[in-house]
Amino acid sequence: MNDTKLHLIGKPRRRVDGRAKVTGQTKFADDIMLPRMLHCKLLRSSVPHARIVRIDATRALAHPGVHLALTGKDFKVPYGILPVSQDEYPLEPTHVRFVGDPVAAVIARDELTAFEALDLIEVEYEPLRTFSTPEESLEHEDPRIHEYGNQGNIHKAVSLGFGDVEKAFAGADEVFEDTFFYQGNTHLAIEQHAAVAAKDPDGKLVLWSSTQVPHYVHRALARALEMRAAHIRVVAMPNGGGFGGKCDPFNHEIVVCKAALLLDRPVKICLTREEVFYCHRGRHPVLMRFKTGVKRDGTITGVHLKTVLDGGAYGSYGVVSTFYTGALQTLTYHIPTYKFEGCRVFTNKPPCGPKRGHGTPQGRFGQEVQLDKIAEKLAIDPAELRLRIVEKPDTLTANYLQVSTTGLAECIRRVVAASDWRNRFRKLPRGRGLGLACSSYMSGAGLPIYYNEMPHSGVQLKLDRSGGVAAFCGATEIGQGSDDVLVGCVAEILGIDPMDIRSVTGDTDLTPVDLGSYSSRVTLMMGNAAIQAAERAREFLAEGVSRKLEVPKGRLVFAERRVFDAEDPAKGVSFSEAVCLAEAIFGTLGTTGSYTPPKAVARFKGSGAGPSPTYSYSAAVVEVEVNASTGWIQVTRVWIAHDIGRALNPTLARGQVEGSVYMGLGEALMEEQEFRRLPKRLSHALVHKFPSILEYKSPTALDMPEVITELVEHPDPSGPFGAKEVGQGPLLPVMPAVANAVYDAIGVRIDEVPITPEKIIKALEAKAAGKPARYGPAHFPDVPWPETLQVPPPWEGGDGKAINAPPRPSKELARKSHAPEVVQS
Amino acid sequence: MMRLPYFRYLAPRTVREAAEMLAANPRDAMLVAGGTDVLPNMKRRQQVPGTLVGLRQVAELKGITNGDGLCIGAGLTLTELVGYLKIPGPYAALRQAAVQVATPHLRNVGTLGGNLCLDTRCNYYDQNYEWRKAIDFCMKKDGKTCWVATSSPKCLAVSSTDTAPALLALGATITLVSAEKTRAMALADLYRNDGIHYLTRQPTEVLTAIDVPRLDGWRSTYWKLRRRGSFDFPVLSVAAALKLAPDGSVEAARIVLGAVASQPIEASAAAASLVGERLTDEAIARAGELAAVPARPMDNTDFTLAWRKHVTRDFVTYALRELRGDDMSKLRLSVARQLV
Repeated sequence: MNDTKLHLIGKPRRRVDGRAKVTGQTKFADDIMLPRMLHCKLLRSSVPHARIVRIDATRALAHPGVHLALTGKDFKVPYGILPVSQDEYPLEPTHVRFVGDPVAAVIARDELTAFEALDLIEVEYEPLRTFSTPEESLEHEDPRIHEYGNQGNIHKAVSLGFGDVEKAFAGADEVFEDTFFYQGNTHLAIEQHAAVAAKDPDGKLVLWSSTQVPHYVHRALARALEMRAAHIRVVAMPNGGGFGGKCDPFNHEIVVCKAALLLDRPVKICLTREEVFYCHRGRHPVLMRFKTGVKRDGTITGVHLKTVLDGGAYGSYGVVSTFYTGALQTLTYHIPTYKFEGCRVFTNKPPCGPKRGHGTPQGRFGQEVQLDKIAEKLAIDPAELRLRIVEKPDTLTANYLQVSTTGLAECIRRVVAASDWRNRFRKLPRGRGLGLACSSYMSGAGLPIYYNEMPHSGVQLKLDRSGGVAAFCGATEIGQGSDDVLVGCVAEILGIDPMDIRSVTGDTDLTPVDLGSYSSRVTLMMGNAAIQAAERAREFLAEGVSRKLEVPKGRLVFAERRVFDAEDPAKGVSFSEAVCLAEAIFGTLGTTGSYTPPKAVARFKGSGAGPSPTYSYSAAVVEVEVNASTGWIQVTRVWIAHDIGRALNPTLARGQVEGSVYMGLGEALMEEQEFRRLPKRLSHALVHKFPSILEYKSPTALDMPEVITELVEHPDPSGPFGAKEVGQGPLLPVMPAVANAVYDAIGVRIDEVPITPEKIIKALEAKAAGKPARYGPAHFPDVPWPETLQVPPPWEGGDGKAINAPPRPSKELARKSHAPEVVQS
Repeated sequence: MMRLPYFRYLAPRTVREAAEMLAANPRDAMLVAGGTDVLPNMKRRQQVPGTLVGLRQVAELKGITNGDGLCIGAGLTLTELVGYLKIPGPYAALRQAAVQVATPHLRNVGTLGGNLCLDTRCNYYDQNYEWRKAIDFCMKKDGKTCWVATSSPKCLAVSSTDTAPALLALGATITLVSAEKTRAMALADLYRNDGIHYLTRQPTEVLTAIDVPRLDGWRSTYWKLRRRGSFDFPVLSVAAALKLAPDGSVEAARIVLGAVASQPIEASAAAASLVGERLTDEAIARAGELAAVPARPMDNTDFTLAWRKHVTRDFVTYALRELRGDDMSKLRLSVARQLV
């Protein structure tokens, strides 16, 4: 397939699900109303850390209208998204870990009745020491929030060395050390999580849920309910936004399933906004220390990154998140030696997890802000510095990530040109500034969450005599447009209109497995599977048409709902006729396609986080105005260029880029998952400061600046029609670009996000007092790091294995134990 | 989602009927107009009236007349009020305040009377039942302590109405009607600096009308500080009204700060300092400094209290410069994210 033959791909189109979305006809999980349906509410812990001494739901059960009350004793098996962190119960039986941790459920005729009955459940707590910060968790080993993990309240500590960074620092002309803090924030999807469970007429369980990962929910349900997976069906309803917030199996999903099974009636739950803040799994607050050695010309000699993650109360994806804070640093610029140490601790707050960019924005923020400082010190323009050191295509990085194509240099050149950077950077009047930053992201995680060697995505096609095609895939439409990508790929290959295709997605009974809508994997993996399935279907049709028209198959063109002779376009048949011809020969027509990512080169423990079939690249320039008297910040324009390989539907791609800028500006300027600790002498309370969509600040349409988006398209050999990801990467450069722009505008460094007017005033005051002109963290805590796993980089003769590693467990063993040592995502 | 508790809904057609319904249920009934304040509060169980007396069908609350000054029915929606005040004039502050309340959807149902009687707000109070239970509640509802300042004998919830500072700067008076009597008073007398008992209105009284005097020769403006260009309540607001003599000197001035206490605060010293002066940069700066003195923001809203205090003088300055005739549109766009 070459460019000239593409009819549909690359042209902006109205997405296939657009009509239903804008007319309000899309059915979300909360729209499901079933006969005899009951409603569920969860009683959540009102204390941050305690043992449950006694729990009694008798009075709630006696309340009129209540059908069932469940507590921790009704669930025997823990679950969790990662095999290594099966640390959650649907209802916690003995030990609550944050305000919001569910302990009981009431199922009643309506929500109000269920809510009222919650107050009748008696719970006696024995308070335990509360851990509100990583420092407290590092300091006190007891009481442990969980009985597993590295030690005390350290969930996971890792240390990876790729070459000798100390030697690299010794050989550098300048060594920079900076400490940064990235505040936690949440996804804030407009749709609150909802789920409905019911028994099928044949007695099997069905769960309709707003989930990004029906396949993983399916597995978790089988485990937690101790049921055959074949008797469970999970239907992922279209999500009203996901962003990673619906990537875990959730307690409420398991609870409504259990209730539906016990009562043999449909049971629904729709979380309140407060409860969504308690589900969280959002951005980890990360404290980080960057040490970077550079030569006078800007060449990097080595980087040593240390991170501490505030994990909250449960594991979630945390082990993977920890690795991701240090995994993707090497993709953008050439880093010959690299050391990464990361540590995730438990605290008594809602669990953190994957939010758009999963673990990467934090480290990327520090890296790009530090690079801005380096450029200034070396008196090199920051754009020029980056252009000098961009990583080359077809390179294996120090930590064994395979860069194939990279459009980073072009992205930088595009935003530099569009923003008139050369004439304006460091030249605008005081109070106005420009900042630049870059980034890279995975086009799908190279490894699944549980160890297996099966495809990551499967697509099935059914071809109908009418000319209609049905495309089945487990991928989940979370608003990103995956249904449109699916039908777009199939339509392109078969030469029909996307609207001729019905997509059936995210249903574990009806669709082949796709691992889910996370890690920017769907376009690349599902797209490749769809192309394979469609090419196989085309083969059948070509055979039928070839025989009928007596034209060699190789000369047939599939376009405009016809199959015709390339040399005589008038000679052809309609697409539906082609289906009939093929069906007459082969019988009922159906094909499948699947995609498995290439094996990663890296072979060390912890190398599961980072590998990807290919990586996207982005560069952004942000323009700000900062008021010197109030610190008030206004972002006036954003130029962003994204190397997407190829935009399958540019309308969707631009939407993703602009949405990323929007989310990035929120994180840069205002979003904060903050907590309140009441005075200890008066109260044990540790509560989310404002679990509300009003007081948790996220930008409105009025706060958005103009965004100038450039798509850089050089097709990548591993992507469908050359496409790479666009869902997460463009978020990453926004936050550091804002910080760098603020410095250009007003001459102070804000080494943390969010960057608020208060912090700018404090930094200006510090500057006026002769102190460093910055606001940000000063100290990095002492962490008991484990022995560094030494992996020589490729240019030192390394083969991707650690030279001081204990032998890896064999695959057989890993399968049996269900909890492989290797970290995957 | 959160559900409303059960309540009885009464639908009077006249103010008199409404007042009688309140009189019949003095402890149990609350008024509801647009419902944008009381209904969410009921969902969070901050307020749990057994009876709501709905004012939406009371036609006499929806008038607006322009005779000698303005007489505005309390039941006018904010959108209707903004539509009426389109023409710039001495009442600009009221329009600017009303148009910046919440969001278009909320202004379409929220009323002027509702905004004037808006419940005081606080990060420890505007939370759902479960959250407040986790802090053992606060003194404004079900608890004993004010968590904003644990030694405080009174509730420190914040007056968050936009329209009150504007109307105070314009010297408005109001009418309250109960089954027994009708009384008029200065709007300033409606408010008390107490987060719980923030209104002097009796539970049996209906706020029916707001009268703004004729203000020939006056000009006014309203500046609102909030994180975003929409949705948010003010965390500082400045309403200023000036009467200028032909020579440009100030004949009379009123400056009112919102969201810095449990009631709107009049910055009298700042206003007095302007009288007889021309609006020079120095005079404006001095007024800004003086106005910031009575501002007592607490740590119970968005932004840090030190910073809110810090920028009070800036915002007063913006308002006075605008009244002087400076082109403030760029700054307005930056602060408000819109021109109002």
